[in-house]
Amino acid sequence: MFETLTTKFEDLFYKIRNKGKLSPGDMDNALREIKLALLEADVNFKVVKEFLENVKEKATGEKVLESITPYQQVVKIVNEEIIKMLGSGSGGISFSSGGPTIIMMVGLQGTGKTSSVIKLANFIKVRFNKKVSIVAADIYRPAAVLQLEDMAKNINVDVFYQGNLDPVSLSLKGIELFKKTGSDVIIIDTAGRLQVDDVMMNEIVNIRKRINPHQIYLVLDAMTGQEAVNIAYGFNQKVECDGIILTKLDSDTRGGAALSVYYVVKKPVKFISNGEKIDDFDIFYPERIASRILGMGDVVTLVEKAEKIVSEKEAKIIEEKIYRNELNFEDFISQLKSIKKIGSMDKIFSMLPFTNKNKVFKKINLDDSYIIRIEAIINSMTIEERRKPHIINGSRRKRIAKGSGSSVSEINKLLKQFDKTRQMLKQFSDANGKFNLPF
Amino acid sequence: MQKLIKNLNFIWNKFKNDRRLFWDEIEEQMVASDISISTTAKILDEVKKIAYSENIDNPERIKSLIKGEIIKILGNGKNFNLNISAMPPTVFLIVGVNGTGKTTSVAKLASMFKKNGKKVLISAADTYRAAAVEQIQHYAEKLKLDIVYHQKFSDPGAVVYDSMEKAKAREIDLVIIDTAGRMQTSHNLMEELIKVKKVITGRINRNVDEILLVVDSTTGQNAKNQAEIFNNSLSLTGIILTKTDSTSRGGIVITIKNDLNIPIKLVTDGEKLDNISYFDPVKFTDSLFS
Repeated sequence: MFETLTTKFEDLFYKIRNKGKLSPGDMDNALREIKLALLEADVNFKVVKEFLENVKEKATGEKVLESITPYQQVVKIVNEEIIKMLGSGSGGISFSSGGPTIIMMVGLQGTGKTSSVIKLANFIKVRFNKKVSIVAADIYRPAAVLQLEDMAKNINVDVFYQGNLDPVSLSLKGIELFKKTGSDVIIIDTAGRLQVDDVMMNEIVNIRKRINPHQIYLVLDAMTGQEAVNIAYGFNQKVECDGIILTKLDSDTRGGAALSVYYVVKKPVKFISNGEKIDDFDIFYPERIASRILGMGDVVTLVEKAEKIVSEKEAKIIEEKIYRNELNFEDFISQLKSIKKIGSMDKIFSMLPFTNKNKVFKKINLDDSYIIRIEAIINSMTIEERRKPHIINGSRRKRIAKGSGSSVSEINKLLKQFDKTRQMLKQFSDANGKFNLPF
Repeated sequence: MQKLIKNLNFIWNKFKNDRRLFWDEIEEQMVASDISISTTAKILDEVKKIAYSENIDNPERIKSLIKGEIIKILGNGKNFNLNISAMPPTVFLIVGVNGTGKTTSVAKLASMFKKNGKKVLISAADTYRAAAVEQIQHYAEKLKLDIVYHQKFSDPGAVVYDSMEKAKAREIDLVIIDTAGRMQTSHNLMEELIKVKKVITGRINRNVDEILLVVDSTTGQNAKNQAEIFNNSLSLTGIILTKTDSTSRGGIVITIKNDLNIPIKLVTDGEKLDNISYFDPVKFTDSLFS
């Protein structure tokens, strides 16, 4: 339905692939696409600007420009930056050592505070085996207390509410009561309010002053637009928040608000909520939201996987060997093994964004059994034969065929192909020994 | 002579840079209002054409050109009237994702029409959310309105059927149906709404008079996905833009109108029941640049 960053990059890559290297102008185009992707994901425009400056610095290094997959490298840097920011300090919850841990939830109207209170209560109860209680301090919205009580029944958690009390007294009295009944965690649900409503904001300031909560969570709708920065700033100014609970991630929102908020208040997303069920609630994993914000998925994983398996040093050695026409069967099999480590051929090609478009890929019929057979043949060669393929004469071929359970004609075919490949690769590598892929 | 050319170049470039800065600033302001990038580009292209051909470089005049383009997209006031049937009861179906303010909007709409002397019935077809019925009941009592509700988790289609029956028996002018919030990505819940719509059309033998999507003005680009998918399932007649008292501008509704041609009909802006009004494109557009 929407053009994702992946397809845009695919087009860009397609356009410049014959040029070989990326020019600084190409890099600007790539950064522009990222800018658009981030804006479409609701990342605040000021944040986008700052963020891209950061990325540009990291991405203009030679490493990226001379990489064989420069755009993917740029995306990878962006992705890493997002994860780095969103990931710092996230993950889990800390409990107070003396007395019950008091958690206060704040946020705008309709972000999902009440549902999050219940989900968090259930999460703590189930995961940490703690006794959790709730104070219903939203005295404004009709039936808000009833909603809380109704949902709390399902998870067997006590709710405190008393009709004639203001939110501050309610919180104080509730905490006093639940301390006596031995609660480990007490969660205070507050009414939704605008961060610019002074009267209402003073109310949570007062609650905070009087009850001194251990944790204050801002509940943020993942669909929030450009204003997310001001909302988070407003709340954080008045009641310093410890983290964000990001809700409604079961929608198809890209969730850029999470990034905006981090930039402004430097507070991590602690939990996410992603469905109508009580256990649709989890600890926040930055990787998931990062690729969501960028509107792409597997290329990042692929580049990462390939990087883990083939070190840069190894790649350099291969490049040089190709240039000097010294590539041998030892290199060949180590390359094959690397590819196999990444996954099956189908899987690798499905991860590549341009698979469907590029006719070359459609023509190549790489199936895994073919690779296994080649491997068997090479494994039946002696070390010397692998290093110096030209010494493989008739009797050696017979022996290799027998050892690998194949025929001599198959060995001949492989040797011929290998020779051709070696020549072809030599053609694609330029005078500097840099290797350019033929597609 | 060389020096003069150099100076002229300098002035020209400075002017050009200022101009670029000016356009960049305008663009940022529009994006900051949650207008989509494509709509922003479309509007600015149009305005640049006019500005360059007529040699307009006064920022205020350019801003008013932009406002003019936005108002052109949003349409004039005549489209915003709610459709009232000649054969009562008129039926309004209120839909949207979770937390946008559907129930409050239903109460506000009911209050508005009651003030105009209409007999209003509220149909509590949100049978899912805990205490949703109690919330709308509270409003119905406050406004002294008829209400039809069933048990929790009962079939919303059945609630709507009963509501239509009761409306006929009591000679009700307007039935307003509150539905459960649902993510546009939830296929089953969207199907449920299609069924509810069928129940209504089956009873009144015409299209539902208004099917209004409630859009939270703090929502960003996802509001367009919401409008698109709800529209595909239900053929929306308009939008209620809520929480316009927040600091968000709600500019995504311009994109929704531009791309999907769904008009904004009402705006709400506060906790009180009379914080609702018909959409005013001029006022709305002014607020984008204030």
